[in-house]
Amino acid sequence: MLLEINIDKTMRSPKRSFHLQIGIVSDSNRIVIYGPSGSGKSLTLKAVAGLITPDSGRIFVDGATLFDSAAKINLKPQARQLAYLFQDYALFPHLTVRQNIAFGAVRGCLNPRSNEKNEAVDYWLDAFRLTPIAHQYPDEISGGQRQRTALARALIVKPRALLLDEPFSALDPVLRTRMRRELDELQLRLVVPIILITHDPEDVRVFGDHVICFNEGRIHDKAGSWDSVEEEALPTA
Amino acid sequence: MDGLGAIWTVMSLSLKVVAWATAIDLVLGVSVGYALARFRFPGRDLLDTILTLPMVMPPTVLGYYLLILIGRKGPIGAWLMDHFGINLIFTWQGAVIAAALVAFPLVFKPARAAFENVDKQLEQAARVLGISEIGVFFRVTLPLAWRGILAGLLLAFARALGEFGATLMVAGSIPGKTQTLSISVYEAVQAGQDQLANILVLITSLVCISVLLSANWLAPGRIANR
Repeated sequence: MLLEINIDKTMRSPKRSFHLQIGIVSDSNRIVIYGPSGSGKSLTLKAVAGLITPDSGRIFVDGATLFDSAAKINLKPQARQLAYLFQDYALFPHLTVRQNIAFGAVRGCLNPRSNEKNEAVDYWLDAFRLTPIAHQYPDEISGGQRQRTALARALIVKPRALLLDEPFSALDPVLRTRMRRELDELQLRLVVPIILITHDPEDVRVFGDHVICFNEGRIHDKAGSWDSVEEEALPTA
Repeated sequence: MDGLGAIWTVMSLSLKVVAWATAIDLVLGVSVGYALARFRFPGRDLLDTILTLPMVMPPTVLGYYLLILIGRKGPIGAWLMDHFGINLIFTWQGAVIAAALVAFPLVFKPARAAFENVDKQLEQAARVLGISEIGVFFRVTLPLAWRGILAGLLLAFARALGEFGATLMVAGSIPGKTQTLSISVYEAVQAGQDQLANILVLITSLVCISVLLSANWLAPGRIANR
């Protein structure tokens, strides 16, 4: 995937102001943005998804211009064909696992019915071992099941890229290791490009084909070589 | 006025007035509540305050304002008369407007709170999945807020049923035409028809109690939102 993010964004509140100014160019299918909280990682990911609008710049994903302030292009989130895995998954609490997964596959003003026939939904339920709990609600299932439901819901729309916001931070350590392995295998199998933001060095080790380090709204290390920057933060494997 | 026939006339008229007033409040209250919850615009707080006024102002004062606005010489009333030949004063439609105005804050306030409580991230998730703005509203926002909206609507129903002052000012008390339940109670007592008053009071009380019980049952947090 060819990715280019070149954006400027100033956030102002009465107490502080934050200036994000970053430029990323990558042709990797596994991009990790690493940095402490408040460094602008989430803001960047939201800008790519179209959930916030940068002040100026350009966002280019896989042959498509999503945002270009000079050419006055700013695609709506609906038109960007991306998938976004929120930190706490943002599953719809009023819909079952099956309805959640079918959500993006059904257009219009009505939610998918709980027994709606849909081959893609059946496929993803099966692929993520969710069939037995297909008719349960998000508050009735485990953390791992919730994450798999969110992943299935994101992938069913065949996105250009999968954006992951701290995907494992809501899981306990044992589950975290397992889900990390699952996502690793899934990415290799589907060949879906991922952009993952994290402050967990282990995520960087597994997914960081191209690592970008953020600090206070700037890129810390332009070379993108992990070892030279934060050796002390990463336990030697 | 005698017996069941009179009670039936009063009941059906009241029901008609209250149903229309609640329906108007549903559409306007949900729209205004949503706008106040989701959009920042100059004068937002002022608008909220003005729309809340019917809750604290004496209904007779509201009725007086309505007379000024929709009376024959009022700006809206004169316009309606000139263009459509419509007169609202001393009609049941006038009673609907009075009841809808008085009950309006009971709908838009809870609706605003209910919309503000909907996690914006869920709406964003729906947008990224390609769902249009209208789809997001009907598939995510409204299903998650309907409980609070319905609770407010029930309160508005009860309030509209009990409306007296503004209705009397705007629509008067014409038996069979604008004489609603609460006005009939007053008229019955004035005329010494104690039995009729007793029955009307009993009906009103039962309706209001059951409405309040339903509204309580719908209160957020009582049962899971689905």
